Amino acid sequence: MTALVQAHDLAKTFDVSAPWLNRVLEGKPRQLLHAVDGVSFEIERGTTLALVGESGCGKSTVARLLVGLYEPTRGGLTFDGQDAHAAFKSPEAKAMRKRIQMIFQDPYASLNPRWTVEAIIGEPLHEHGMIPDASELKARVADLLQSVGLSALDMPKYPHQFSGGQRQRISIARALATAPEFLVCDEPTSALDVSVQAQVLNIMKDLQRERGLTYLFISHNLAVVRHVSDKVGVMYLGRLVELADKHTLFANPQHPYTRMLLDAIPKMHDTGRARTPVQGEVPNPLNPPTGCSFHPRCPQVTERCKTERPLLRELKGIKIACHLAA
Amino acid sequence: MSLLEVNKLVVEFPSRHGTLRAIDGISFDIAPGEILGVVGESGAGKSLTGASIIGLLEPPGRIASGSITLQGERIDQYNNDQMRHIRGRKIGAIFQDPLTSLNPLYTVGRQITETIQAHLPVSDGEAKQRAIRLLQDTGIPAAAERMGHYPHQFSGGMRQRVVIALALAAEPQLIVADEPTTALDVSIQAQIIGLLKTICKDRGAAVMLITHDMGVIAETCDRVAVMYAGRIVEIGPVHEVINRPSHPYTSGLMASIPDMSSDRERLNQIDGAMPRLNAIPPGCAFNPRCPRVMERCVQERPELRPATATQAACWLVGDAT
Repeated sequence: MTALVQAHDLAKTFDVSAPWLNRVLEGKPRQLLHAVDGVSFEIERGTTLALVGESGCGKSTVARLLVGLYEPTRGGLTFDGQDAHAAFKSPEAKAMRKRIQMIFQDPYASLNPRWTVEAIIGEPLHEHGMIPDASELKARVADLLQSVGLSALDMPKYPHQFSGGQRQRISIARALATAPEFLVCDEPTSALDVSVQAQVLNIMKDLQRERGLTYLFISHNLAVVRHVSDKVGVMYLGRLVELADKHTLFANPQHPYTRMLLDAIPKMHDTGRARTPVQGEVPNPLNPPTGCSFHPRCPQVTERCKTERPLLRELKGIKIACHLAA
Repeated sequence: MSLLEVNKLVVEFPSRHGTLRAIDGISFDIAPGEILGVVGESGAGKSLTGASIIGLLEPPGRIASGSITLQGERIDQYNNDQMRHIRGRKIGAIFQDPLTSLNPLYTVGRQITETIQAHLPVSDGEAKQRAIRLLQDTGIPAAAERMGHYPHQFSGGMRQRVVIALALAAEPQLIVADEPTTALDVSIQAQIIGLLKTICKDRGAAVMLITHDMGVIAETCDRVAVMYAGRIVEIGPVHEVINRPSHPYTSGLMASIPDMSSDRERLNQIDGAMPRLNAIPPGCAFNPRCPRVMERCVQERPELRPATATQAACWLVGDAT
């Protein structure tokens, strides 16, 4: 069986050059930012792939590429055997969009404050012409609200009448409206408090079990990722450095960056334990280091790392981009 | 003697629809050199507690009753001029966003030397030497050259180091750090927490660390206070609060945090949300969400009392009299 979602060599480059006039008069060069630089992965139906990494590593750009908000500079996405980006441009775009939906980070910014909850959740149904009958539409919206733990009585309310966690559940209900198969979740719980985060994560897991949903889950919180995912991809400066099954990755991280990230999380239960100090910061993506982009921070750096960029390769069931791994 | 004593502090916001009580009678103290964590969800009142101590409560918010005593001196009714001598000299502050706590138009060196000279009688040359030493101590490479740089020339983690240097400039006895690592990536967060811990230990400064991240608290603090709806529901040594909590809110909160060391299919969830300030229920503020609610919780408000290993404000702990 082939995977539902297959990304091959996805890349997105942004042109961040100075304006044309400055380039001509001051001789400023063209500058390209490689936000995502050749990312490949597969997600099996009904499973969750998590992408983790620090700010600026390109994880949100990957999310936007997958739902078609950006067009890739290189590479592509195969969804259920179909070229998704070709489909987004064809007359069948709507059919494809119906199957891929997205949940955004900030539940305050992603809901229209002037629309009622009924209008917000009903819009995708209306837009895709799925339920033309008004009373049937209402019943469907009520169903969706109930599936995320809200009530049909909430339909005439506006987003400001809800708390952050409830709003995020409204976003989930909206994303579920078209009965999608694949949900791209970009930091869905980062703006929420922990007790509310637990509510939202539980709902997402329940929905996955009931409907066989496939998730791409983006987060910088490794503990959350460990809880929700089946496979984990670690990104650094626009590239995957390690991709492995959740248990393998957390029990036996191979890439020095993965190990560093895992070491950096404050642990709740062995208090007072000294951590390995983490060195340095993420470099400027406009001017990435040569060779392996992690080499200036890597404790095990060799001469080869500074000149030759390691490619993501298969090794004992995981994928890793490091010269040292053997 | 405690360095800081907060006693039955009440902070209110007068509004058109009546007075809102954002902090409702909290008491705690901090010993010299101690790190006290204050944890809670958004809106629990943890930042307001910090702001009241450093005298930066935004009007119309005001301290309605209670007292704040710093080294035996009551500072809660001080006016702005009096507070100006306390802030920086006796209490240093570190805020969440390092970019907004630095002046973008002055060099980093000027901001630090100015702070030093505002509080301590030192010459220009000596102030400069001290500033360079502070930057070195906070782990900024090539400190002498970095003195002439502006805040935008520093990265996020480096900027937060500058803010820490600035807070320590006049050698205060107490640092109030409000979410100092929330805006930073995990790898940088670990560096900053380590730095804060060692630098305060070296100088014997006490820290009040406000954060919503229980992991940060566990790694850094000696004691922790858990806040809910403007009240402290539990306070005690950090290991005890994490491993043997007595208040149902604390235990619920601990169980809802995804943990790296356990495999659970479902996270524990506390249903509902924290009440709004204008709708705090009578009795214990947690009673509508509490799985072990009793008749008494709805009627009478519990005060902090000794529990197993901590102090908790709950009718279930101790001898319920």
